[in-house]
Amino acid sequence: MTTTTAPTGDNTLLREARPERKIGRIERVLGPENYRIITGLLKTPASIMGFILIGIYILVAVFAPAIIPPVGSDPYKIPRDGFSGEPRGMGTEWKKNTPDVPFWYKAITGKDEWVHILGTAQGQYDIFYGLVWGTRTAFRTGFIVVVSTVLIGIIIGSISAYYGGIVDNVIMRLVDVFMTLPFILMALILAAVLTPVIGKSLVPSIVALISFGWMGYARIIRGDILSVKERDFVLAARVVGVQDYRILFRHILPNAIFPTLVLASLAIGDVVLSFAALSFLGIGTQVGYADWGQVLSFARNWITSLQDYWYIVVWPGLVLVFFVMGWNLVGDAMRDVLDPRMRGKS
Amino acid sequence: MSTYIIRRLLLVPLLIFGVTVIIFGMLQFLGPVERSALYVRDFPKNDKQIQGIIRKYGLDRPIYEQYWRWLVGVKDPVTGNREGGILFGDFGYSRTASQPVIDIIKNRFPNTLDLALWAVFPMLSVGIWLGVQAAVHQNGWVDQLARIFSIVGTSFPSFVFGLLVLIVFYANLQWFPPGKMSDWVSQLIFSGDFHQYTKLLTIDALLNGRIDVFLDALRHMALPILTLSYINWATFVRVTRSSMLETLRMDYVTTARAKGLKESDVINKHARPNAMISITTLAGFSVVGLLGGVVITETVFNYPGIGQAAASAAQQLDVVTVLGFAVFNGLILILANLVVDILYGFIDPRVRLA
Repeated sequence: MTTTTAPTGDNTLLREARPERKIGRIERVLGPENYRIITGLLKTPASIMGFILIGIYILVAVFAPAIIPPVGSDPYKIPRDGFSGEPRGMGTEWKKNTPDVPFWYKAITGKDEWVHILGTAQGQYDIFYGLVWGTRTAFRTGFIVVVSTVLIGIIIGSISAYYGGIVDNVIMRLVDVFMTLPFILMALILAAVLTPVIGKSLVPSIVALISFGWMGYARIIRGDILSVKERDFVLAARVVGVQDYRILFRHILPNAIFPTLVLASLAIGDVVLSFAALSFLGIGTQVGYADWGQVLSFARNWITSLQDYWYIVVWPGLVLVFFVMGWNLVGDAMRDVLDPRMRGKS
Repeated sequence: MSTYIIRRLLLVPLLIFGVTVIIFGMLQFLGPVERSALYVRDFPKNDKQIQGIIRKYGLDRPIYEQYWRWLVGVKDPVTGNREGGILFGDFGYSRTASQPVIDIIKNRFPNTLDLALWAVFPMLSVGIWLGVQAAVHQNGWVDQLARIFSIVGTSFPSFVFGLLVLIVFYANLQWFPPGKMSDWVSQLIFSGDFHQYTKLLTIDALLNGRIDVFLDALRHMALPILTLSYINWATFVRVTRSSMLETLRMDYVTTARAKGLKESDVINKHARPNAMISITTLAGFSVVGLLGGVVITETVFNYPGIGQAAASAAQQLDVVTVLGFAVFNGLILILANLVVDILYGFIDPRVRLA
């Protein structure tokens, strides 16, 4: 005969198995789901490496004037050491338009005067200067393009999901049309069309990248809104008589938007890549503007003798690759965290 | 199936309308004088001529009328010839190349097609194979390697990769030159002994029985093919891997294993074909992308396809030419997408019903 202990109502065992979790202030502000996303991102080694890479680039961008002080009034103009067409190798003497010597320079290189650390491109543009100040250009263009595309995406996506019916249909077909077009070619074309109108600057490329980059966000936002719309709290809001636009902007959007915002901020890598591609093709900024694609494009005329001038390709190439890789590493971890099948784990 | 195809066909005019409206919209950034290059060969020389052209081609007419003229052209009242009309293949006159845009396209498109033809196989096979291997040995060293490979690959812009490849294989090793053909081949073609049946160099070489020409063409295409494949492999590995992982978790795979089938049969006969469905779309897009001319890769390797032509016209701000390419590209893409979608309907029954 077995004796069974009567249920005592004591749940210590259960409580010990799942100790009460402290909810910090950050979690309270963000909400459990968004908090999970943030902490998930900070856990994997790959994404931490990504954050470190991005951090380094941010430091370079912020401290650009300390790393290599600007020459002349416009810091984004790469200083030219003469006008000769032939690129000069790494470590060659810097004769004209030399920047001031910053505090770190002597300690690290052991020299009193600036040399062309990474050589010069054709037209004697200093590659090192172009790369350091190009970091600022990269962040600027990336930031502007991402913010604008997301804003356009949010507006169009919410209009589409909010009105539904024929408006939704028309907008989504428009998105289809835009998605049919090849991105880089269309951006190239629009930038080429705008350049005579606006003039050579960052603007044509930025406008071009925005014009053909918003569709993905519009689709995602629309989908998210449509799914959040079915949740109980929306019904509750409707029952107590909240107006439609208020439901959309105060109840649905804040709950639908966070993943998209994070994904979008990680798209900076891709945007910078496309931007560099446009400058590489010779569209956009003036010759000599500090921007990575521009420095790379200098190599195009020297393809037959790249065994001598490899540094025009390798250094800007690596700078660009590591920048994009930083964002991709974080983005990859992000996709894992957002994957619904991963929910509840970790 | 037929309703699916009909529904998909009905979308085509809509897409053509949308694409042409967007491109026509971009055209509006130009002044009427520049837009006259759509119809006339030389820049007008004096004011009176300009006014004549503007009036003749209706460049001062309301916008919808101009759009219609741009689309289908106008019949010259005297000669009865049609002038302009992008839907009839008149994309305007390129002032930088001094020839009609359609002629540039006719010259360049076979090259792009040639490259696409040879790039498709390595692009698809290696990426998918690697993705399947990664999924089958999940978290093993193949998988880790594939993941690193795909992260590095997606971070590598095609132009950086292309230039690096050029440094190694052309500048230092002298194995694979850029361009499309060696000098002796172009002399051979110029001499007239070499018949151009299809204008695709590799195919023509085979038809002429000239293996040496064929190998020369392949040698020139090797690096562009490598670049195109590499940047696509990264995406294919990622998508194949996740799709394959998902399939391997399905109940019918467990059933197959429970029946005692060999693991290779489970993977190759049961799991992989179903995992392929979602990859078909991606593959379709990539192949379609190749047809549209790969602007950057062609530019890096100086390969004379339409992508390179578009890039160089854009560089010289020859807008009418560039927009001509855009229209051509748009039309090609719409057609290619149509084919892909219909094929997809055959492969995956769920698409037809949606």
